[in-house]
Amino acid sequence: MSSRYLIRLASAALALVALTLAAPAADMPDPAADAKAFRNFFVTKFPKVKLEDFVNGPYSMNEDMRRQWEEKEQFPPYEFSLDMGKEMFAKPFRNGKTYADCFPNQGIGIRQDYPYFDTKEGKVITLELALNRCREANGEPAFSYVKDEMAALTAYMAFTSRGRPFDIKIPDDPRALEAYQNGKRYFYTRRGQLNFSCATCHVQNPGERMRAEILAPALGILNAMPIYRSEWGGMGTISRRFTTCNSQIRGVPLEPQAEEYRDLEYYLSYVSNGLPIAGPGSRP
Amino acid sequence: MTITHSDFPATRRLILIGAGAIALTGLGIMSVGMAPALAAANDTYPEDAFKQKGAADAIKSLYGRTAEPSDKVKLDAPEIAENGAVVPISVSTTLADVTSIAFLASENPNALAAVYRIPPGTLPNVANRLKMAKTCDVIVIVEAGGKLYSATKEVKVTVGGCGG
Amino acid sequence: MASTIRVRATSTGEVTEVQVLIQHPMDSGFVKDAKGETIPPHFIRELTFEHDGRNVFVADWGAAVSKDPYVKFSFKGGNKGDDLKISWIDNKGETDTTTAKIQ
Repeated sequence: MSSRYLIRLASAALALVALTLAAPAADMPDPAADAKAFRNFFVTKFPKVKLEDFVNGPYSMNEDMRRQWEEKEQFPPYEFSLDMGKEMFAKPFRNGKTYADCFPNQGIGIRQDYPYFDTKEGKVITLELALNRCREANGEPAFSYVKDEMAALTAYMAFTSRGRPFDIKIPDDPRALEAYQNGKRYFYTRRGQLNFSCATCHVQNPGERMRAEILAPALGILNAMPIYRSEWGGMGTISRRFTTCNSQIRGVPLEPQAEEYRDLEYYLSYVSNGLPIAGPGSRP
Repeated sequence: MTITHSDFPATRRLILIGAGAIALTGLGIMSVGMAPALAAANDTYPEDAFKQKGAADAIKSLYGRTAEPSDKVKLDAPEIAENGAVVPISVSTTLADVTSIAFLASENPNALAAVYRIPPGTLPNVANRLKMAKTCDVIVIVEAGGKLYSATKEVKVTVGGCGG
Repeated sequence: MASTIRVRATSTGEVTEVQVLIQHPMDSGFVKDAKGETIPPHFIRELTFEHDGRNVFVADWGAAVSKDPYVKFSFKGGNKGDDLKISWIDNKGETDTTTAKIQ
């Protein structure tokens, strides 16, 4: 054999060894690295946008829209829902207990810790889920997840956390890591008749127009929830947005608080760690 | 201080104007038959103007005359409305003796959207949020010193504000 | 029932700026519901602001004013602690009124 051939063979073998050594590291989920890469992607793509401004969705992407938003924020449309939420939160259940009894710190200023992974149950608990569980545990009927009362309650709780950075934790538990990965997988999987993934719009095309809308960046996309959408003429929760988005891409929406949705919320919240809670918010 | 007509609904208003005029005449504050030259042209709810389809007809019904464009009327409206259901539109003007400000959207089912009565002492600046059915001209009319001035801006609407 | 009218009235000493947000459907009468039936018009016609016994601003509204309507204006005068009375009447004859203190 020629020496050239031997050298090529040796190089190939070395490359193969290097790849083999690198491969196991690539298989292990690394949420911290994900979050860093996720954030870097957006700040690099939009160098003029301040990090904390990403939570304002399309308003961080377009000046004309931003001005309209700022004008409306002088006296925002979610005021009524927020007031209703505050009243509801304070009102005791028929058994005399209150929402404050179900949550750490009386339910005030805790929104940034949701969702969390419950190691006892082995599942992701979102704020919306926790609220309905609180109601049911106290003999009250659950609310619809998508609007009205649930939106009002989460609006109030988000409001008490305004400005606090998302602080989602992934405990050292393979099931938590699995839930995180599940959420990530959902985010990047194409679905529906339009064959879009969440990433198609919110990672590949933020700031661009999709029909009449300006697309929001995925970084910080849940920070302003729940939102008053002009499109809905009212409030909507994270559940509402996930289900309607699925419908809009002509897919079949899952039930609110389905496992994939909760895991998706877990992933999206985690990669936005450090960005401030801005809810309740307004959107077109 | 200029006396403006009371703003109660029509029936009560008729009775009260009569009573008020007598009382005020007696007090020497108001003379019978005084033409309120500085009172707003639209001092009652402009039922007819709101029923008009086009902007020109609505303005005619409201004020009985036409407006001239003026750069002293500053109209602030977005280039592209983020949603036609809630378009923030505002106006400010340096014109003096403003008595009325009206907002119209030329392609709405009925062009007239809102009219504001500006009594003396109130600044001629108004901000409001209006529905726009589709891309069209937003027109603002300012009645100042008995004359009409206007400003116009096209606002693009992608998602119509009338439930479309 | 809580008032439908939310007010922010602030005085600089010389000028009072007033913003209101009112909870009202402002149905235009042009929209159909999920069943395909037209939702009848239901909107505020007149909105009045009274300070010190006189109207400082009157709004004549049609159906094209947005849901949960908002308006902002300013008037000369008005001191901190003064009352500002706000009332509206809609096309169904429903009304609401509130009195706010200028801040």
